[in-house]
Amino acid sequence: MSDTVLAAARPVASRPSVLSRTFQAMYGRLVIIIPYLWLLVFFLVPFAIVFKISLSQTQIAMPPYAPVFSLTDGFGGLLDQLRQLSIDNYLWLTEDALYFNAYVSSVVIAAVSTVLTLLVGYPVAYGMARAPESWRPTLLMLVILPFWTSFLIRVYAWIGILKPEGLLNQFLQGIGLINEPLIILNTNAAIFIGIVYSYLPFMVLPLYSALEKMDYSLIEAAKDLGCPPISAFWKITFPLSFPGIVAGCLLVFIPAVGEFVIPDLLGGSQTLMIGKTLWNEFFANRDWPVSSAVAVILLLLLVVPIVIFQQSQARAIEQDR
Amino acid sequence: MNARWSPFNVASVTLGLAFLYLPIVILIIFSFNESRLVTVWAGFSTKWYVSLFSNRGLIDAAWVTLRVALISASIATVLGTLAAITLTRYTRFRGRVLFSGMVFAPLVMPEVITGLSLLLLFVAIGLDRGFLTVTLAHITFSMCFVAVVVQSRLLTFDRSLEEAAMDLGAPPVKTFFQVTLPVILPAIISGWMLAFTLSLDDLVIASFTSGPGATTLPMKIYSQVRLGVTPEINAACTILIAVVALGVIAASLVNKRREIQRLRDEQMAQRGA
Repeated sequence: MSDTVLAAARPVASRPSVLSRTFQAMYGRLVIIIPYLWLLVFFLVPFAIVFKISLSQTQIAMPPYAPVFSLTDGFGGLLDQLRQLSIDNYLWLTEDALYFNAYVSSVVIAAVSTVLTLLVGYPVAYGMARAPESWRPTLLMLVILPFWTSFLIRVYAWIGILKPEGLLNQFLQGIGLINEPLIILNTNAAIFIGIVYSYLPFMVLPLYSALEKMDYSLIEAAKDLGCPPISAFWKITFPLSFPGIVAGCLLVFIPAVGEFVIPDLLGGSQTLMIGKTLWNEFFANRDWPVSSAVAVILLLLLVVPIVIFQQSQARAIEQDR
Repeated sequence: MNARWSPFNVASVTLGLAFLYLPIVILIIFSFNESRLVTVWAGFSTKWYVSLFSNRGLIDAAWVTLRVALISASIATVLGTLAAITLTRYTRFRGRVLFSGMVFAPLVMPEVITGLSLLLLFVAIGLDRGFLTVTLAHITFSMCFVAVVVQSRLLTFDRSLEEAAMDLGAPPVKTFFQVTLPVILPAIISGWMLAFTLSLDDLVIASFTSGPGATTLPMKIYSQVRLGVTPEINAACTILIAVVALGVIAASLVNKRREIQRLRDEQMAQRGA
């Protein structure tokens, strides 16, 4: 089997022109180089710049940071600039408890929301995977469709529902379940609801694809051998769906840690989440070096889950190949 | 064994879908509310749609958003498709691990980090923030989503077709356009639509990378939401939802017809054989 389309230099039936032959020879390399370069320039290099600026001093200017590493001053200038690099911004992050608390509470909120999303998503994915085959494409489409509508709109929709005089309270008071309106908006509970709601499709889809592949005759066999349904679930279904659980949880957890829109619109002013802190540091305080330092630490925090996610995706490709 | 609806499965799927759709349905209903309050029903009215169309700022923002989305989705589709081919067809080249990392990491990267890092890049290279920078930013994050969608189609693709074409003397480029492309086209189209809606929706990355004169619709909606919930925003949201829903439904109908056509062709071929 030829792995590279290009490497397979096979006899060509018609005689192509020099130009087209050169193009054919370049083809394989271009396919790799174009997206590679794009991602290097617009994905990797920006991180290097964030790191660089996180080490620079704040200045009241535009851009609001002291330049680092410009090669215009020659080698001596470069050394001079190296000496000016400082970890002041990082020290600042450790001095103010606000940042530490924001990191901790982001991770906690994201973790709790991820567990809640799993609890809501698993039965849905299970029900879909066990639905009659003719129903499945429609159900899949129905789960994906909300994902196509704007994130901002879906979060916004919850404001009207969760408000003290909102629809949920009107409903609960209408059926006489509560007398006083529940205060949900501007609390962490609203953030949990927002994250579960917005990220539910990300959880359901990998779970569904894991559960759908499962061979249900295994459950039948377990039942025939006298295994009660619940322990059949824990011994067979759950382990077999584990790759889906890992992928789904990472797809929810990682972006949720840095979430901005949900805590900003549904959480109160005292809600601490690092995405919101970074946003305020950047847009309100205009402190670019400190917001860069916040971003670097956030990235370090997420490097392990991101690598696990990337590995699991790469492994999925290898298996399917 | 045959799958059938058990009460538990019906209940969980129904509740799950109700949870997903109820907020959107409520939002749409209240865009037709007579009253300024979005939580008390006071009769049917389309006045918020009328006032929406006289809101110059919102319409300008909608045009900017649409142009950014069209351009960025198209370029992202080309780049994403190339990335998908690289991921599935080239198993050995230097920096492959780095490459797959750069394709998958943006899928989960918190938007504030992507936005901030791109902004700092644009400032560092002296590019003025505006239409161009938002477009570049959107191409970058949506191409990775396109890559994932196209890659999953390429993985299930029968490689022997490509090999047969090349054995018969078709050069790689011709093989791609005449054999591979027609098969993966539905995936490329859904990749384009995904990129288009991602760009249409994005608030955080646009807020970082956009400049004066290139305010996008989500940025506009966000600044109004911060001032309070109004039926006018509900109306704007309803139009956005309608546009996206129509697009998705149209695309799935087209896909379905192609699928039926393909099945019919296969049956014909078998009968002929």
